[in-house]
Amino acid sequence: MGTFHQGKSELHGITVVVDTTGPEIFVGRCDDEDERGILLNDADVHREGDGGRSKEEYIRRAAQLGVWKKYDRLLVPRDRIASVRRLGEVS
Amino acid sequence: MPYSELLVRPMREELTSAGVKELRTPEEVDAFMNETSGTAMLVVNSVCGCAAGMARPGVRLALAGDRRPDRVATVFAGQDLEATAKARSYFADIPPSSPSIAFFKDGELVYFLPRHRIEGRDAQTVASDLVQVFAEHCAVPAA
Repeated sequence: MGTFHQGKSELHGITVVVDTTGPEIFVGRCDDEDERGILLNDADVHREGDGGRSKEEYIRRAAQLGVWKKYDRLLVPRDRIASVRRLGEVS
Repeated sequence: MPYSELLVRPMREELTSAGVKELRTPEEVDAFMNETSGTAMLVVNSVCGCAAGMARPGVRLALAGDRRPDRVATVFAGQDLEATAKARSYFADIPPSSPSIAFFKDGELVYFLPRHRIEGRDAQTVASDLVQVFAEHCAVPAA
């Protein structure tokens, strides 16, 4: 048994990778999504090249054990989103 | 803020009724972790049904098999805050997530199942992952 979250996006509670049309890529637990964008809880952000790592290198590393959050809550605006995928499906 | 104990109790009992020892204080966590011989599994329980709703039955299914860890315990994230923080201090280089599952052999962390590898999967799949870990690390029970 567990708690239920009616009326939320189907991605609610799922840790997602939100890539943008710019240099940033976000990982966080989806709270909800609507016309404004995707609202993430416990989110981290990586910018292309930070720490010498590309976006994909950062995501492959995140897929192993998760990410350290930089933000408790964060809205990624809809017009900046290039793609959304589940972190658990990143190999 | 912790949820009502009335809401949480069945989630605790879903594990304790399968023989999982619940650790409610930092001292209980230390006592569990200080016993380093053999195999031990620590389940970080959680209220959220999106993932924990599959983690708990997955743990139950896995523990019903032939091989299982020598010791199995749980802390409840968001409820027993100090115990959970103490438990996470034993795998402090891993980002915190709940539910999650840590597996130790002779005191060393050898496997970790983070929340994002539980989300969206069913209990049988979670159990299958754990059974593989048990097969690799746990002794065959005496006949």
